[in-house]
Amino acid sequence: MNELISLLGAGQVLTRQEDLIPYSFDATAALRQQPGCVVFPRTVEEVAGVLSVARAKHMPVVTRGSGTGLSGGSLPSLNCIVLCLVKMDRVLKLDDKNLTMLVEPGVITQKIAELADGAGLLYPPDPGSMKISTIGGNIAENSGGLRGLKYGVTRDYVMGLEVVMADSRVVWLGSQCVKDVAGYSMKDVFIGSEGTLGIITKALLKLVPKPQMKKTLLATFKRMDAAAATVSAIIADKIIPCTLEFLDKVTIRCVEEYTHIGLPLDAEALLLMETDGHPAAVDDEVRRMEQIARQNGADSVLVAQSAEESARLAIARRSAFSALARASPTTILEDATVPRSELAKMIQFIQEVGARHQLRIATFGHMGDGNLHPTFLTDERDAAEMERVEQAMQEVFDYAIKLGGTITGEHGVGIAKKKFLPRALGDHSLDLMRQLKRTLDPEGLLNPGKIFDL
Amino acid sequence: VRKKPLKLDQLDYSVLQQCMHCGLCLPTCPTYDATKVERNSPRGRISLMRAIADGEMEVTKIFGEEMYYCLGCLACATACPAGVNYAELFEVARTDIENSGILANRKRNLIRWLTVKFIFVRPRILRLVGRMLYFYQAFGFQNLLRATKFTALLPRRFRELEAFTPLVRRHFSDALIKEIESPAQCRFRVGLLTGCVQDLIYSELNRDTADVLLAHDCEVFTPRLQNCCGSLHAHNGELELAREMARRNITALERSAGSLDELDAIISNAGGCGSHLKNYAHLLQDDPVFARRAVLWSAKLKDVHEWLTTIGIRCPESVPQTERVTYHESCHLCHGQKVTRPPRELLRAIPGLELVEMAESNWCCGSAGIYNLTQPEMSQQLLNRKLGHIYKTGATTVASANPGCSLQLEAGLRQAGSSIKVVHPVSLLASAFRRPTKQQLNISPQELSSESMFDVQGKHPNGVNFDIWLI
Repeated sequence: MNELISLLGAGQVLTRQEDLIPYSFDATAALRQQPGCVVFPRTVEEVAGVLSVARAKHMPVVTRGSGTGLSGGSLPSLNCIVLCLVKMDRVLKLDDKNLTMLVEPGVITQKIAELADGAGLLYPPDPGSMKISTIGGNIAENSGGLRGLKYGVTRDYVMGLEVVMADSRVVWLGSQCVKDVAGYSMKDVFIGSEGTLGIITKALLKLVPKPQMKKTLLATFKRMDAAAATVSAIIADKIIPCTLEFLDKVTIRCVEEYTHIGLPLDAEALLLMETDGHPAAVDDEVRRMEQIARQNGADSVLVAQSAEESARLAIARRSAFSALARASPTTILEDATVPRSELAKMIQFIQEVGARHQLRIATFGHMGDGNLHPTFLTDERDAAEMERVEQAMQEVFDYAIKLGGTITGEHGVGIAKKKFLPRALGDHSLDLMRQLKRTLDPEGLLNPGKIFDL
Repeated sequence: VRKKPLKLDQLDYSVLQQCMHCGLCLPTCPTYDATKVERNSPRGRISLMRAIADGEMEVTKIFGEEMYYCLGCLACATACPAGVNYAELFEVARTDIENSGILANRKRNLIRWLTVKFIFVRPRILRLVGRMLYFYQAFGFQNLLRATKFTALLPRRFRELEAFTPLVRRHFSDALIKEIESPAQCRFRVGLLTGCVQDLIYSELNRDTADVLLAHDCEVFTPRLQNCCGSLHAHNGELELAREMARRNITALERSAGSLDELDAIISNAGGCGSHLKNYAHLLQDDPVFARRAVLWSAKLKDVHEWLTTIGIRCPESVPQTERVTYHESCHLCHGQKVTRPPRELLRAIPGLELVEMAESNWCCGSAGIYNLTQPEMSQQLLNRKLGHIYKTGATTVASANPGCSLQLEAGLRQAGSSIKVVHPVSLLASAFRRPTKQQLNISPQELSSESMFDVQGKHPNGVNFDIWLI
């Protein structure tokens, strides 16, 4: 500990019980482990120094940002050093000629979005926790968001990374060039690596021009398959909406109970659709989307005529998580993901599983990219129910895999999904990952026990 | 198992469990924003409370200090997607801290006894203290001590506090407002709560509130001797005293109005007090005599802006007076009571008033009850941040609907040598009602004064001798 204090200063090393308990969890339900200490480096040299101490003392290092992860990725391991990067939070450069932003890992995602917006640009990834999540965490988890269908995910906006490796060497990966094939694309190895391969200390982000206009529609359906058919027909009509969000009937009921905004309680599905771009294109697409929804059996279709109306229509989707979080003591938010074409089947299956195991499962999510959020409304103190939750989750993931999907679309594997991973990957890909891990972190120092065991 | 169970142990565990530690409270928490350390955040504090309730940790000194580092601004409660009742957790934790005596020392005990347990449970003594302070200020002693730099001899902490001493008014609320005041036409009957500190230092605001209520056809019942609402006690770990204050206030208003059933609303004009006053039902839920009356009380308790927008704000027809105003939100009005639109609607109803929004209008100003006394450093940081935002608006007036905030802002502006005034929105509305209308401007001044509907006691509509304050 003295080495860490002399390296960072006393105020940047926390060791007391009252300081460690608040770092013994992230945003994942029911996972807790107290770390050995928490450190706040402020420079890349300090990060490298912490790793040197960790190697000498054989202490594992768990990197952490704001601790908003939903798979236990930044959950401490026993006696580990929590390397918290929130104080490395400088925006180093906003380059409006090359449309990039160079940032430190502790910068809050929202701040990046606001700075880009101020320059007439857009940083598209918008994970639900962006008001407090750090960009370093977003990159380590390859976070998604509501705009995945049209704009992709965090990976698509990372052009370069500075990484401190387990042996304290510092490397720069990637460049400012849109085209760059000089060697392996090593930055991509670190994106989504959940802190197991290296520590990101700088990121060069790609920005895009801000769309001139955005319009919002809200449609409700008495039948789930009508909503799914609407989504398919919109895509088939060569429209790529920037938002295609969905709520199932359990979620609709919870939202209505919470907000009283007058949602139809007999609806099986609700779709929030948004399209952005050139005003002429947006108007045309909105007209066609409305028509398609009606043709496919929508009960009601509302088109916002103003920004305030858009905000009002979006209330149902925006308050979905709050509404569900209030409905039960423990809320477990999952992110099973399937190809778009299989969405209706998957949603139907989740409802059946819930009924079979006597569980309340509400499903909402990103219909456009197949990323669903089956949300278990439960109580972690009820051991019997938690067992049924576990069983139901296994079934949901198995089915997602069977449909050609994945166990996690945007939350990462961490600890929560670890045991489901082998079945999801199949063949030799898990071995390949292990091989990579052993090469980059031979001592197993970085975030041990996450994603898979060695 | 603890020998003597804590309140945290006895608390319904689901209140603690409701926190899913998602972190959405972090960006709204002023202390986390300052330190970036989880212990100084709402979810960090809740995790410590949970560790205590789980028996993994005792009530320690660090925990005690942490809970007093928390402003209790409740910005986290607005941000929380899961609806965690942080206000309750905060009060219960501080109660355990006080019961454990972990922070006790002679100086702290003396101050707490004198204020929380003695002066602020005895309204007559509070008024006596106020009276003495008034004479000290009114007869120039304060200025004398300041001018002769005698105050420079005081210990640093006292010197800082001295600068914050509010100006006590010559007349308190009971001298300005009759127990029952009736409008020409009565649409509603309301009780008016005048506060404790506010009664001494912003009594004219209580008069203004009564005037505005009368102008909205409300008959106003104002108990002459009112107790502190009890928020001071609840927020400082003395829930039993808080209950006693609640019982006394309910009884006093019942005596003035006949019964609570007679009233359409009970009006509070102080954001912090109102937030606590609305909580009487919960506070007294286990009181066999008062539980039902407290439910009635809470159901009728309305913030003055909330009430006026509910019954429809009347725009004064007076001549517009150009004024650039920015609105500072009291934490417990916006986060505690979730009243954000009504004060703005009220301000916009005032002819000639231009409302300019400041950045971070709902970020704590650092007053936070007695926080500016207990945590001066953090408080000053927040005050400076707030003043910076105020200056940027170019406003000449800050509207603030909580006496604590108003005092803090006034002190800060005074120190900075700024001429920006701090005024309650209701006082701005009251002044607008008092200004002559266009038609009245065409008639003689004598006629005008005899027509003034606010001339309740046959003196200056405010009933206050303004020149006295300027001493």
